[in-house]
Amino acid sequence: MEPVPRPTRLRPWWLLAGVVAVVGSAAAGLVLGPVSLPPAGVAIELLNLLPGVELESGLNPRESAIVLRIRLPRVVLGLLVGAMLALAGGAYQGAFRNPLAEPYLLGVAAGAGLGVTAVVALRGDEHLGSMPVTVPLAAFAGALGAVALTYLLGVAGGRDRSPATLILAGVAVSAFLAAVQTYLLQRHIDVIQEVYSWLLGRLSGATWHDVRLLLPYSVVVTVMVLLLRRELDVLSVGDEEAAGLGLHPQRSRLLLLAAASLGTAAAVSVSGLIGFVGIIVPHLVRMLAGPSYRVILPLSVLFGAAFLTLADLAARTMDIPREVPIGVVTAFLGAPFFILVLRTTRRVAL
Amino acid sequence: MRRRTLLAAALTVGFLITGCTSTTDEATSPTPGTQEGFPVTVGDLTLEAQPTRIVSLSPTVTEMLFAIGAGEQVVAVDEQSNYPPEAPVTDLSGFNLNVDALVTYDPDLVVISSFAGDLVPQLETLDIPVYVAPDNPTSMDDVYAQITELGALTGRVEEAEALVAQMESELTALFDRAPKREEPLTYFIEIDESLWTYTADSLISVLFAEVGLENIVDEPGSISVQLSAEVLFEADPDIIFLIDTRYGVDAESVAARDGWDALQAVRNGQIIELDTDMASRWGPRLVDLMADVVDVVSQVA
Repeated sequence: MEPVPRPTRLRPWWLLAGVVAVVGSAAAGLVLGPVSLPPAGVAIELLNLLPGVELESGLNPRESAIVLRIRLPRVVLGLLVGAMLALAGGAYQGAFRNPLAEPYLLGVAAGAGLGVTAVVALRGDEHLGSMPVTVPLAAFAGALGAVALTYLLGVAGGRDRSPATLILAGVAVSAFLAAVQTYLLQRHIDVIQEVYSWLLGRLSGATWHDVRLLLPYSVVVTVMVLLLRRELDVLSVGDEEAAGLGLHPQRSRLLLLAAASLGTAAAVSVSGLIGFVGIIVPHLVRMLAGPSYRVILPLSVLFGAAFLTLADLAARTMDIPREVPIGVVTAFLGAPFFILVLRTTRRVAL
Repeated sequence: MRRRTLLAAALTVGFLITGCTSTTDEATSPTPGTQEGFPVTVGDLTLEAQPTRIVSLSPTVTEMLFAIGAGEQVVAVDEQSNYPPEAPVTDLSGFNLNVDALVTYDPDLVVISSFAGDLVPQLETLDIPVYVAPDNPTSMDDVYAQITELGALTGRVEEAEALVAQMESELTALFDRAPKREEPLTYFIEIDESLWTYTADSLISVLFAEVGLENIVDEPGSISVQLSAEVLFEADPDIIFLIDTRYGVDAESVAARDGWDALQAVRNGQIIELDTDMASRWGPRLVDLMADVVDVVSQVA
């Protein structure tokens, strides 16, 4: 039996730190990049976005486009994707009562990936960008299917299952889905490049179109999960205790899983598979700010956004003039972190 | 049937970086003549008689074989070999070959790309002669060497020599026809929408350099890279070449990309659509491609 977490409240200090992290990472993402631009010029370009402001930035039209058309949508998209993945990770960990749960490891990302691959492979000659609704829906269907499969397989381990059982189920589901995806790609070799760049995760090529696509899902998912944060705290004690307190543990859990899967799927459909954000961020928050989901979930949104924006900054500046897939960066940071979490699992309060 | 030739860019970045192989030209010892010239040895491969049941699993090689008059000896080509139209297309895959299906064609010579070279031991145990056609040539000499070797293997030595001579003279004429400039025109060549691009070391860029064009991406050791959009904007090339035209990308859609109107190539209408196959293979049609490119650079003031 895990210890009952003390219901702690979110301290304003931590909320402020999260906001500072978001603003700071966004500023870094806007000012820094493969092309050096004067920070003052960048700031003025951004100020010019405000109504009524029209200042001379000293940037030429191409430099202005770099700030407003390349960096700005990319930073905003990075914030949204990072927030979604971290929030989904925190929600999965609570709903499954499992510190190792993460969209990538649960097979959710692979399921969403298969959904997108299927659409890309079977769409005929239609352009991917012309299907703004189909792609997230396919990703969502794949994500939900995968999480259901993982959950059923994990439950089959019986009551005594360790946290690792669920992850093993997730690994098996991921492998299975990846095999189906590989088969589809072999049948449609022409789309392999498109799908491959997507599988590695990418924020390069981010546009306002992607932002508009993801934003409504982000709002809905964030509101849904944050409304359920108290239930998560009770769920983490145990289903019977939760029922004893007058809650419907299964219903809350299903709602949480649906919300987290929707968030993951929406993020994955615009950014591809970016792993480990959902495990790094909630755990760091848990270690630093406290074990209550009333603390973890809101802070995961903020620090997840900041984390992914900084990871993307690394991805686009570490090998100039090349783009490094951001999934490579997060995996590079995330894999060692995962080991750390595994080693300290017993000490992590759920 | 679409994105096959770009698979090189798709598989892994490492593959691209190491894909910079060059054709061996030291091991060719063909005997002149056709049927009488056999046995013939190219590299490690010795053919006792002129092959009459050739299977080509490389679109570039298919184009070369037909151009040297060996088309009538070809019984099957892979699913991506869409040129010339008379090539006997099958559903054989050059990437994930079903060897059982291959054997049913009873080939006496199989030609595969070097990135599928791991099939060689298996085919050898079946006593099927295999010629591995090197990938990613970095100069026309590599291309000519490949045509010459195919000529030797198929008993088409004279035709191969004639083709090489013709390509050389036509390319020289095209290079001469291109306007001379003090400063080369700069260009970006788009392989796909995620801004994968060929670098100055690629064969196509080597040819473009001969007609007064300079690639904005010079990354020695790499044939292609995924370029940062910011770097593209900073370089602001004179011309944007598209070789992803087959995948729905055209001058109009590129001009409509958010922020791209800041680029001079977009404002000046210098977005040039090239044929995806011609630009990503290295067969005889490179001459046709270069003719189009020379027309383009001749019209730029």
